[in-house]
Amino acid sequence: MAFKIVGSQCTSCSACEPECPNTAISEKGGVFVIDPAKCTECIGHYDMPQCVAVCPVDETCIIDPAQPRYQGAA
Amino acid sequence: MHGLTEVTDGTSGAVDIGEIMQAIAEHKGCGTEGGSGKASCGSGAGQGDLPTEIWEKVKNHPCYSEEAHHHYARMHVAVAPACNIQCNYCNRKYDCANESRPGVVSEKLSPEQAAKKVLAVASTIPQMTVLGIAGPGDPLANPAKTFKTFELISKTAPDIKLCLSTNGLTLPDHVDTIAAYNVDHVTITINMVDPEIGAQIYPWVFYNHKRYTGIEGARLLTERQLLGLEMLTARGILTKINSVMIPGVNDKHLVEVNKAVKSRGAFLHNIMPLISAPEHGTVFGLTGQRGPSAQELKALQDSCEGEMNMMRHCRQCRADAVGLLGEDRSAEFTTDKIMAMEVNYDIDTRRAYQAAVEQERVAKVAAKQEELESLAGESSDIKLLIAVATKGSGLINEHFGHAKEFQVYELSTSGAKFVGHRRVDLYCQGGFGEEDSLETIIKAINDCHAVFVAKIGGCPKSDLTAAGIEPVDQYAHEFIEKSAIAWFKAYLDKVNSGEITHQVRGDAAIRQGALISAA
Repeated sequence: MAFKIVGSQCTSCSACEPECPNTAISEKGGVFVIDPAKCTECIGHYDMPQCVAVCPVDETCIIDPAQPRYQGAA
Repeated sequence: MHGLTEVTDGTSGAVDIGEIMQAIAEHKGCGTEGGSGKASCGSGAGQGDLPTEIWEKVKNHPCYSEEAHHHYARMHVAVAPACNIQCNYCNRKYDCANESRPGVVSEKLSPEQAAKKVLAVASTIPQMTVLGIAGPGDPLANPAKTFKTFELISKTAPDIKLCLSTNGLTLPDHVDTIAAYNVDHVTITINMVDPEIGAQIYPWVFYNHKRYTGIEGARLLTERQLLGLEMLTARGILTKINSVMIPGVNDKHLVEVNKAVKSRGAFLHNIMPLISAPEHGTVFGLTGQRGPSAQELKALQDSCEGEMNMMRHCRQCRADAVGLLGEDRSAEFTTDKIMAMEVNYDIDTRRAYQAAVEQERVAKVAAKQEELESLAGESSDIKLLIAVATKGSGLINEHFGHAKEFQVYELSTSGAKFVGHRRVDLYCQGGFGEEDSLETIIKAINDCHAVFVAKIGGCPKSDLTAAGIEPVDQYAHEFIEKSAIAWFKAYLDKVNSGEITHQVRGDAAIRQGALISAA
């Protein structure tokens, strides 16, 4: 419920897709998107959100202001 | 040079790494080898002093053998878009179709599309002998796609050599898989062995779910690269080391890199000029970091060329390039076109064509040897460069005005030695019009005494002469090296008789633009 990929910035390199511990990332219309229902901001998995850490373009995987922050497993 | 920790062998112990390194060190790599008369894989058509198994691997590989690159073609398939490190000379967002440099492609391919493309190209270009995966990201950051592609191709086109190019970060994890797929050529890009220098080139690396920055990241990278190199050497896989020469950052340091990779059994070292322009949007492009001049590049290559030969014929091609190294035919093989193509992969036709190429190759070397003997009595300290317009096959067979690049040979009493090439094609965004093109060419070959062409018009002829570069068209469609040696002999005669005075030429510019395929 938290990160999103800025479509205009995405190079569609696919680096983020296999890194996501929640399989929340998939390709859609030539760029990659994050399923907000699956995203946990990597909390409990890794120190740093994996999509942010591996993305070659800064400010592309960002907190989605339209979504509530992840509150931990329900 | 702190921070360089001892790397461990990492092998099963079944192979004696020292023995293999010794064997590889003894044969001295595979670049060009002047006219010393001593054959190496880079110069003669023969096996020379190379062990048979190594000769078999390099003789038709245009990147590993300078001599082969006049005759054989390669292709890259862009199946590996993801990368796990960031380099200051790379920008993954830039994708102008006419831009030509590593990391740039027009379209990504699936392994299945790539396999189809390889068959289509192999059927159309019978001298295509090598399939490489070079990105546009890092092949080993996309291991599933990379190895699936190799698997498909090794089944359908078993005669094609497999090759990959990596930054080395995850190389140690994949060496056994590389060996299992019979990938017998691996290129590692190594720009430093000192993490402090590395921190100026690599902002970060991503490894084991973590982003490492600065010196920490660069240290991890260099340790993994050198370990991977040793593991490949232990398995008898040939390695080429690519290094980007960045003046003021790693230019002097590359001599250390050369020593480090040589001692770990690398086969060939390829020092390439930095490609850097603001319009590429790379960190180095935006900070105004310049690339080296032709003289600076050659001086560094010369200083590293001792025990180990240097690659000087690299065209820094795209991750989807197709054709001879100086050309790019990728536009003929877009996904739409290959899917519509009738592919008839006939291994016998390919063999027959390649046998004819071998004959041509042997004739070329014989001609060179014969001409070289005529230089036997000469003694002179004069060394000079010439530029050659060629379409391939080792012949002077391109018109001056059609040339997209010139090949550069160094002439001395020991013969003709290939030392590089200069691109002179027009860059898509550079704004060079017809008016400027001759001026651009003169800048690119300004360090040459003569330019050998199949044909040249009156206007450029007089402009070149005015610039001190002699246009030579009397050897049209003849072998490059033989003609160059004959011309050089006549040049020495004229100097000796006092008819002309030998002048030293100035420096030349390395063009940074695109290799436009649709010329």
